[in-house]
Amino acid sequence: MIELPIQQLIFLFLAALAVFAAFNVILQRNPIYSALSLIITMCALAGTFLLLEAQFVAAMQVIVYAGAVMVLFVFVIMLLNVRTEEARQDRVKYLKLVTPLLFVALLAEVFFVARSVTTTPAPLVTPAGEHPFGTVEAIGEAMFSSYLFPFEATSVLILMAMVGALVLARKRTAQEAETLGKIIEDANQPSLAPASPVSELEENKHELAA
Amino acid sequence: MPIDQQSIQFFVGILLKIVIVFVIGLLSPVSMNWVERRALAWMQMRLGPNRTGPFGLLQSIADGIKFAFKEDVVPLATNKWLYIFAPVVAVVPAFMATIVYPLGPKDVPIPFASSINSLVHSISGIELNLSTMDLHVTSFNVGLLYVLAVTSLGVYAIVLAGWASNSKFSLLGGLRSSAQMVSYELSLSLALVGVLLQAGTTDLVKIVEMQQGAYFGFIPKWFVFVFQPLGFFIYLISAIAETNRTPFDLPEAETELVGGFHTEYSSSLKFAMLFMAEYVNMLTVSVLATAMFLGGWSGPFVSQFPLLAPVYFLVKVAFFMFLYIWLRGTLPRLRYDQLMNFGWKFLLPAALLNIFISATIGLFAF
Repeated sequence: MIELPIQQLIFLFLAALAVFAAFNVILQRNPIYSALSLIITMCALAGTFLLLEAQFVAAMQVIVYAGAVMVLFVFVIMLLNVRTEEARQDRVKYLKLVTPLLFVALLAEVFFVARSVTTTPAPLVTPAGEHPFGTVEAIGEAMFSSYLFPFEATSVLILMAMVGALVLARKRTAQEAETLGKIIEDANQPSLAPASPVSELEENKHELAA
Repeated sequence: MPIDQQSIQFFVGILLKIVIVFVIGLLSPVSMNWVERRALAWMQMRLGPNRTGPFGLLQSIADGIKFAFKEDVVPLATNKWLYIFAPVVAVVPAFMATIVYPLGPKDVPIPFASSINSLVHSISGIELNLSTMDLHVTSFNVGLLYVLAVTSLGVYAIVLAGWASNSKFSLLGGLRSSAQMVSYELSLSLALVGVLLQAGTTDLVKIVEMQQGAYFGFIPKWFVFVFQPLGFFIYLISAIAETNRTPFDLPEAETELVGGFHTEYSSSLKFAMLFMAEYVNMLTVSVLATAMFLGGWSGPFVSQFPLLAPVYFLVKVAFFMFLYIWLRGTLPRLRYDQLMNFGWKFLLPAALLNIFISATIGLFAF
């Protein structure tokens, strides 16, 4: 009998689960099943992070992705009550040409990554600080010293997204609504020149509202 | 891994402790159900269940047996797999959270350790060397984050139960709960950040250890007194909303939604599992409140008699569990827009303010 260390067995199980669930995401026709499979993938990935002794990342993976982002996905799917995916014929035709190319590109990528992997495990990189690898303290120290600028830049980026969402969704005054209506009317008139990006955006919103 | 005496003893000890916290989790719905029905009845000038056993104590067990033996109906138009799967999703994360309950301190001397050792030796010939034990299953670096992670998965149970039931009441209940739980999870987590700033660790056992002792001999060093009173109240309110209890029980509002997300679950074991998960989640947020704000197992004479620790801990948790019932007997349900406005426009800014205050104090104090 081949002796397998328990950690490798767990890794094989989690990796197989993640890959299987990831395939399931794209194979399912029902969006709820796709979303659920994605949650399973996230949880399996969190498990592999744990095997790499990255406890903090594992916890965050579950809290942020499985616990918050995917809840909103499921919420929207349920709110709109999308039963099955409605395939759009024109898109499918176009996708048939692109998909094989993308698939080959992905395979090549995987091949190159797999070739660079050596069989001897690399030693765990221990940071210079006093705290062991993967703990909250170690990550906090790294984030607020060596990686302070990327961290702050990301926060600003997220803040911008939030402000953008607020601007799009806020209540409008009567005057603003009137100008908005005029823009939408203009955009809907066939005689006009190609719609500018702004009016296209408004049109989308109109569609959503309708 | 070489298997030796030490590691076997370690694993057996861990397994025993897991069984103990699992039983605590299992007993919480059974005991709480009785307390809730009796206490609510008294608050409403009724008697409550008092026929099964002395004071009606066996009522919950009778209910459990009834759940197990009732016909298990799966309505025809449901999504069968998800309908069966949802209660499992409810129960598993709820019980996963129980392993970090910090019932007591590290290295507590086991009573009668030497006589147990000699007894085991005389029966089976195995040389045990029991001396001390930790009164918690495990204590690890990301303990608090682990609890938040597994409990955040519990929302899927309600959402899936609501969706798979294929009933309008259930769907509305599921929708409400997903929006509500995501909203209140934010202020719940942010309220805990104040404590984390003060403690400097996310290990629950270490957080409790920091709250031992007293200022001037009579004010306990609990985080609720020292710098985190605002955080405590924000946590308490969000925790009630997070566990879908009155006055935030919109997902199962009887007057509008029949039973909300569990309308289609006839009283079978599946309903019992959803019910059990709700109570274990209540237990978990009460345990967190105790450990983070009320000093966990700390109390008089704990350093002399460490075995008092779990008693103090469970008494404090029981206080929070009673608070749930008390509120249910006192407050009417909120309207849904009030609930959302309160969460986003009051609790969330208040939690951010609490972080700001804690950080400012932290610059000078800790």
